[in-house]
Amino acid sequence: MRFYKLLFLSFLVCVSSCSEPKERVEVIKIEGLQNLIAEDNHQVHLINFWATWCKPCVKEMPQFVDLAENHPEVSISLVSLDYLENLDDKVIPYLDKKEIKLRTLLMDEIDYNLWIDMVDPSWSGAIPATLIIEPATGKRIFLEKEFENGELEEDFQKFTNS
Amino acid sequence: MLKTITTILVSILLISGGADKGGYSVGDKAMDFNLKNVDGSMISMAGNPDNKGYIVIFTCNTCPYSVAYEDRIIDLQTKYASKGFPVIAINPNDPIVKPGDSFEEMQVRAKEKKFNFPYVFDSTQEITLAYGATNTPHVYVVEKVSSDYIIRYIGAIDNNSKDASAATKKYVESAVDAVLAGKEVATTSTKAIGCTIKWSEASKKKRQEG
Repeated sequence: MRFYKLLFLSFLVCVSSCSEPKERVEVIKIEGLQNLIAEDNHQVHLINFWATWCKPCVKEMPQFVDLAENHPEVSISLVSLDYLENLDDKVIPYLDKKEIKLRTLLMDEIDYNLWIDMVDPSWSGAIPATLIIEPATGKRIFLEKEFENGELEEDFQKFTNS
Repeated sequence: MLKTITTILVSILLISGGADKGGYSVGDKAMDFNLKNVDGSMISMAGNPDNKGYIVIFTCNTCPYSVAYEDRIIDLQTKYASKGFPVIAINPNDPIVKPGDSFEEMQVRAKEKKFNFPYVFDSTQEITLAYGATNTPHVYVVEKVSSDYIIRYIGAIDNNSKDASAATKKYVESAVDAVLAGKEVATTSTKAIGCTIKWSEASKKKRQEG
C-alpha cells in the first residue's frame, strides 16, 4: 500500500515538474557562468551583464533585441545580477513587459570577487558590461560601458571585422 | 627561451594594460581634496592633522548598491572615527546625467539617513578621475604617513552587498584594522558589482584620452 502511495506521489511530482516548460530565467552559480562563457555551440556569443535596477542597462536593452534580429548568427545571453528574490517580482515582469524573448540567466552568487575576474580581469565590476566571444577562433572582446544609441551595432561590426 | 620571456612579457603587459584604467593603485600617494560637504563646510584630509587616515568612499544617492551600504558606512564611521580613521563619502556623479545625485539631493539624503560622516560633492569629477574610481560604492583606505596619504586598500566594503550580517569578508574593516595595528593589509584590492559613475561629457573625454 505504502509503495503505491509513493508511486502515486512521485507521479504527481513528475506531472507538476516534468512537464513544466523550461524556466524563463535560468538561475546559475559560478559553475553555470563558467559553462556559459565556455559554450562553443555558437557562431558568436554575446553575454551582457545587467540588472533591472541599473538604468543604463535597461536603456540599452533594445539594442540587444535589435542585434539579435539583424544578426541571426549571434546568440545573446542576458545575465541578470538582480538578487534571486527579485526574480519573480522584478526580472520576469520586466522581461514580460518589454516582451524580451532573449535567453536570460540570473547569476546567484553574491561574492562577486569569486567570479568577476573570470569574466574579464579588466572588469571593475560596474554594469552594464558586455562580453563578445567567437568560440571557433577564441576571439573575444570585453566592453565595460553603456552603448549609446546604435553603438552596439558599431562595436559588433568592429568585432566581426577585426 | 626568448619566446618564453616574450610570452611572459606580453602577458604582463596584457594584464596590466587590461586592469589599469588610470587612477591610483595600492601603495600610491593620493592627492588631497577640498570639497563641499552637505553642511556647507569644506572638507579635506589635511583638515584634521590628528587623523591617522581616512576611509574615502565614492558613493551616491541613486545607486541601489550605495543605498544598500549606507548603514554599513554609518557603522564604519561609528567604529573608526574615534580611532582617528574617519569616513569621507564623495559623490562623484554628474547631476546633469543623474539629477538624483545633485548637491541638494545629497543634503536631503544625508538628513534623512542621519549621515554621521561628511558627504561631499566632487562637482568637477577631478578627484574621482585622479583616484580612478569607476563605480559606486568604491572605497579607498588611505593611511597618513607624515604629510602624505598612501593608499592601502581599494575595492568593496565587504563580500555581501545584500546582507551585512552574512558577509564573511569585511575588507575595509580588515584593512583599517591592519593599518591601525601597523601591519600589512592582507587583501589590498577587491572588485565589486556596482553602478557606473555618471561622467560628464568633459570627464568622458578625459577618460578616453587617459
